[in-house]
Amino acid sequence: MIRLRVATLLAALLFAMPLRAEIAVQEVTSPGGITAWLVEDHEIPFTALDIAFQGGTSLDLPGERGAVNLMAATLEEGAGEMDAQAFAEARDSLAAGFGFDASQDAVSISARFLTENRDQAVDLLRQAIIAPRFDQSAIDRVRGQVLSGLASDATDPSSIAGETFNALAFGKHPYGSEDSGTPESVAALTRDDLIEAKARTMARDRLHVAAVGDITPEQLGQVLDRLFGDLPEMGAPLPGRATWQAPGGVKVVDFDSPQSVVVFGQSGMRRDDPDFFAAYILNEILGGSRFSARLMTEVREKRGLTYGIGTYLMPMAYGEALMGQMATANATAGQAIDLIRQEWARMAKDGVSAEELAATKTYLTGSYPLRFDGNGQIAEILVGMQMDGLSPDYITTRNAKIEAVTQDDIKRVAARLLTPDALQFVVVGQPDGVKSTE
Amino acid sequence: MTQRYRAALAAASLCWAAMPAHAEKVTDFTLANGLQVVVIEDHRAPVVTQMVWYKVGAADEAPGHSGIAHFLEHLMFKGTDDVPSGQFSAIVEAQGGSDNAFTSWDYTTYFQRVAADRLDMMMTLEADRMRDLRLTEEDVTTERQVILEERNQRTDSDPAALFGEQLRAAQFLNHPYGLPIIGWRHEIEQLDRQEALDFYRTYYAPNNAILVVAGDVDPAQVRTLAEKHYGPLEPTATIPPRERPQEPPQRAERRLAMADPQIAQPYVSRSYLAPARKSGDQKQAAALAVLAELLGGSGTTSVLAKALAFDNPKAVYVSADYDGEAMDDGLFSLAIAPVPGVSLDEAEAAMDGVIDQFLKDGVDPAALERIKAQVRAAQIYGNDDVEGLAQRYGEALAVGLTIDDVKAWPDVLQSVTADDVMAAARQVLNRDNAVTGHLGQVQETTP
Repeated sequence: MIRLRVATLLAALLFAMPLRAEIAVQEVTSPGGITAWLVEDHEIPFTALDIAFQGGTSLDLPGERGAVNLMAATLEEGAGEMDAQAFAEARDSLAAGFGFDASQDAVSISARFLTENRDQAVDLLRQAIIAPRFDQSAIDRVRGQVLSGLASDATDPSSIAGETFNALAFGKHPYGSEDSGTPESVAALTRDDLIEAKARTMARDRLHVAAVGDITPEQLGQVLDRLFGDLPEMGAPLPGRATWQAPGGVKVVDFDSPQSVVVFGQSGMRRDDPDFFAAYILNEILGGSRFSARLMTEVREKRGLTYGIGTYLMPMAYGEALMGQMATANATAGQAIDLIRQEWARMAKDGVSAEELAATKTYLTGSYPLRFDGNGQIAEILVGMQMDGLSPDYITTRNAKIEAVTQDDIKRVAARLLTPDALQFVVVGQPDGVKSTE
Repeated sequence: MTQRYRAALAAASLCWAAMPAHAEKVTDFTLANGLQVVVIEDHRAPVVTQMVWYKVGAADEAPGHSGIAHFLEHLMFKGTDDVPSGQFSAIVEAQGGSDNAFTSWDYTTYFQRVAADRLDMMMTLEADRMRDLRLTEEDVTTERQVILEERNQRTDSDPAALFGEQLRAAQFLNHPYGLPIIGWRHEIEQLDRQEALDFYRTYYAPNNAILVVAGDVDPAQVRTLAEKHYGPLEPTATIPPRERPQEPPQRAERRLAMADPQIAQPYVSRSYLAPARKSGDQKQAAALAVLAELLGGSGTTSVLAKALAFDNPKAVYVSADYDGEAMDDGLFSLAIAPVPGVSLDEAEAAMDGVIDQFLKDGVDPAALERIKAQVRAAQIYGNDDVEGLAQRYGEALAVGLTIDDVKAWPDVLQSVTADDVMAAARQVLNRDNAVTGHLGQVQETTP
């Protein structure tokens, strides 16, 4: 009985139409000329606001690696008339939430606040954006946290692998180094360095904003002017492009651990490349997050060599990579690396089957609308789209771009993108029989 | 909590913020075979999450067989009489959905997230594997290797995780909460197919499970689908009672020290046995949740942070945490990571000094008021996260609480007084009833 039902459903599956994401994005321009994307939804009385200043930690000045990161982490440690504790008490009394972050491509802020005290929450957030105090005591406290994190990273095999790989891949470009800085560079940062880092990164000429929730376009316009109207018009010139420098082959970093952490990758695909979607589907089949991806099937499901293996495209603003990571017992690291190389070569030579392509398209088009299921998530997606230079109608056209990719497209892109000889491995551990290549 | 793949779910730790949706959007009923069903409506996006919570976890394992609950969780993806081995996730993915599972001491949970109009199919699959799991020797052998690699990756390569496992084992002398969920390595190596199937047949049944459906669904439609798919499943009459060996009174303070070159940031951890939320009587648990928030909830304004991270600071990081969502007594935990130049002994003494002072001074009314403002707001923000709500209902029911308990929780939190907090603090924060750990890069003198 149940057997029949399952069979029937499996047949029906072929005709299941993917959902459309129905997200109504409005483009709002404030009286002061600041633009933002808005999704109005008055069901729950709060607003999620996502903000990104393009450029991020890649705008650190030479010798000041970590300045933008430390600056962003100190923004809410005192502002205007309030020291760090007074600021936190004010925020908690309003039950608002603010998150400040810095990454290679952006300084970003995520906020949420209740409708009932929106003006007060916005005023408080404005203080952190416009008038952070950067008190010496706050800088030193946050610096201590950053240094503690850097010390832990220095003995963490995954961090060591990532940093080693990035240095090989991107060399002296900021993408090639840890953006929290080094213990030496962070120790040397001064209050003036943070003030300069803020002026370089947080300006109106690189601002992306999205709001989702209980707010009208007019109200949002006022919020935008209040938050950003007093920021400088211009920041520092944006970073230049990174060129891929990893030579290919294997680099082993000796580390005493039962497992080897393996990071691997090669040059990737630009987000605005006409073949980006073919590369995106290719990656999903090769090493996507699903259990049915080829690498997961070969390395975990068939042989039990790892708990997890995945690859991902990283189309960053100024450089791109196709990266992967896994961990396996030292004894099986060599076997796992061979399997990854085999799958790389197989994909480069043969591309994907019609069945794989069809199943992956169904997955990607079906899962896309499922992302838009919370105000905070939607705001984050919308700012990410702005960072990628996309327009709001991308939400409705994206699935058609996935559907349009053919087997031939993937074969062509696989041959162009995947070069097994250029595949770079970094292995942190004591892998049996695996040696660094010359 | 340990999971089939990838990082643990969020939620859980912020139990003071565990809020129900608008009461009218949560409905529940029980099928004739004993399956309890909870429906949480959120019609903003055409998405549904199905979760099945089995009331069995690592604390229900037989002595010497640690890890079997988690091992079975992995094997549940292998296949049934209808679904070929390894195809479960592929079928969900072909719908654009995602699926996973996780195991804790008190429960094992499976979930899928899909477009709302695919719920019928997800129920077909989940009901099918509640009773009809099929396992081959090859499936079992390969998956045991995967789990040993999982243990390698998440525990054996991570001295902080290894130390946490030791601390927990020291905390629970007699109760199986002292076992690692993933299992001790030497016991994982011995787990086999028959044992997995025995565990499955003993515990996996509709009358030992909770179905939570959350998202763009109508309760009447969910009921129809649940009756169609889960209704025909036979209950099991012989589900063992959840009576675990309880802890004897602690007569001596327990202290552990470990050193590892990988530990660049040393820390002190302290955990006290603490009562869990009890059905119909959640007052003390609510007081403990508020206490944790007051002591260490904020890195800036909490009692520990104010005293130890500012003005001639001793700590880079402090925390306080209360885990009250458990069948039996849970843990109230403190931690301090000292700044360079401050030893673990000094850090521990400083932390204890702050706790002693807090027990004398009592609660700052303004701080209590801020926490209550956040509890109120969490009821609003919580409605933006229907999966989080599903998680909270499922977890609460799996540990023996009721729907009414979950609905009452915000009000119970709101009613906590300063006196309640201090009474709970005096009862729980007793060093004779605690485990203290020092994890360093180099061995200090034994504490």
